[in-house]
Amino acid sequence: MREVMTKSMARNIFYGGSLFFIVIFVGLTVHSHIYIVETSTDTAGLTESVARGKRVWEHNACVNCHSLHGEGAYFAPEVGNVMTRWGVIDDPEGAFESLKGWIEAQPSGIEGRRQMPGYAFTDEQIRDLAEFLRWADRMDTQDWPPNEAG
Amino acid sequence: MKYQSQSVAKAYFVAAMALFAVQVLGGLLAGWIYVAPNTLSEILPFNTVRMLHTNSLVVWLLLGFFGAAYFLIPEESEREIHSPMLAYVQLAILLLGTAGVVVTYIFDLFHGHWLLGKEGREFLEQPLWVKLGIAVAAVIFLYNVTMTVLAGKKTAITNVLLLGLWGLVVLFLFAFYNPDNLGLDKQYWWYVIHLWVEGVWELIMASILAFLMLKLTGVDREIVEKWLYVIVGTALFSGILGTGHHYYWIGGPAYWQWIGSIFSSLEVIPFFAMMSFAFIMVWKGRRDHPNKAALLWSLGCATLAFFGAGVWGFLHTLHGVNYYTHGTQITAAHGHLAFFGAYVSLNLAIFTYAFPILKNRDPYNQVLNMGSFWLMAGGMCFMTFVLTFAGTVQTHMQRVLGEDYMSVQDGLALFYWMRFGAGVAVVIGAFLFIYAILVPKRQEIISSDATVAAE
Repeated sequence: MREVMTKSMARNIFYGGSLFFIVIFVGLTVHSHIYIVETSTDTAGLTESVARGKRVWEHNACVNCHSLHGEGAYFAPEVGNVMTRWGVIDDPEGAFESLKGWIEAQPSGIEGRRQMPGYAFTDEQIRDLAEFLRWADRMDTQDWPPNEAG
Repeated sequence: MKYQSQSVAKAYFVAAMALFAVQVLGGLLAGWIYVAPNTLSEILPFNTVRMLHTNSLVVWLLLGFFGAAYFLIPEESEREIHSPMLAYVQLAILLLGTAGVVVTYIFDLFHGHWLLGKEGREFLEQPLWVKLGIAVAAVIFLYNVTMTVLAGKKTAITNVLLLGLWGLVVLFLFAFYNPDNLGLDKQYWWYVIHLWVEGVWELIMASILAFLMLKLTGVDREIVEKWLYVIVGTALFSGILGTGHHYYWIGGPAYWQWIGSIFSSLEVIPFFAMMSFAFIMVWKGRRDHPNKAALLWSLGCATLAFFGAGVWGFLHTLHGVNYYTHGTQITAAHGHLAFFGAYVSLNLAIFTYAFPILKNRDPYNQVLNMGSFWLMAGGMCFMTFVLTFAGTVQTHMQRVLGEDYMSVQDGLALFYWMRFGAGVAVVIGAFLFIYAILVPKRQEIISSDATVAAE
């Protein structure tokens, strides 16, 4: 390799090339940012309730059992499409009722079954969480997941 | 030990190993919950256990990197660390933050509080006050090492290491940005997660590996440093746009499917280059270094990183494949071997190399240390294989046939039992390693009259 390339050539290629790719990446990031805000997500529908629901999702570390759009832990079902799976994606009241029913039934206590912790949420928190999950479910995720099972 | 201030590294390494023990025990418990799901379900639910497992991993790897920097920069720069006192202050802040995190997670203290409560994005769950503490510690660290390097001799190894460490800290700032829009949240979340492990951490890894090769094999510095630039070049050329493989299904434009597939496929190259580099250096090198265990860990690191990060990453990175495998046990399989190969082994290699020097004595307990390598590496490979099988079955049943998540999981029980067994081997290996490093021995099984600790 000594004949082909010297150390300073290798160094310059490293710095120059990295800079080149960083510039491209930042440019694409800016475009993607605009695309996410304007095209793939429902910016107008991102209400206070959705934002509060995202905090409920975060403060209870839901992502460390569930996955959301495939990211998170793999211990519990995907929830990025749970509202579609439950058939309540366009039905805020139904989404709230279904989620409330589910959360209040936990933990199931069934022997040999994975346990979801019991959460003492207020109705408002459940409604916010349901709104957040409905909002997330409406994102354009390039048709992922392949089917309702998530 | 050539420079007195290198001893700072010892404190970092000991703290790192303590957290390593916490990490593997957390992993073992999580693996047990998979097979016996009622365990502690009301006291310490799975999500808390997993946060402890992943967070302690990241923190101990970072402590290892910081320690490695404090260990090798004086030797490379040929001068003492700018301020050992600041290095201890930095460590104290990090340890306080770590203790705070553990207590906050386990008891769910200050639930929902903006400053004191946990924040809850994956891997970035630390409360805001801990994140701020990390940032302060990071600034102290950068100041300290940069001053040392600037005042001393500049080598390719310190250049690349510093660049990696600066990148690490700058990218961490994105952890403070959490927009309400989930798509944007995910896009910038990957700035921390992906650009760390498949970007700047590779710079840190390559420079530490280059340092180890330089010391262990005695190959000419010019050659090592040229390789180093080539390797980190391929790492960033592929890894930066390779971020695209995380943007397929989170609301990004469709072009990421092509950019991500092409560039992340190329991410195999730096790992292949690191493996080739390590083996070629050992073959070319004429030095018979007495620390065989450090050499084993270095070669093991390069090899397992190639398979775990490179091959297992490629396995599910093409968007047509990832459409079906995304977020299944395939990801878990890849994650485990990639982290173990690239970053755990690297840290254990530098600990193994540095400890005899830091304690000013011959390498001891080498057979035990090498035994721990085979236990951990064997256990981790077996874990990766069984999770890959589990993930393949899961992908077919759930993603292709559309069967319900929980019934598919019930069908995977056998794999989870085998994963637990593999975890037991890893935990035993980890404790053997810590024992081999910390507990002195009077007589070494491998006899070697070479008393040279370093050049």
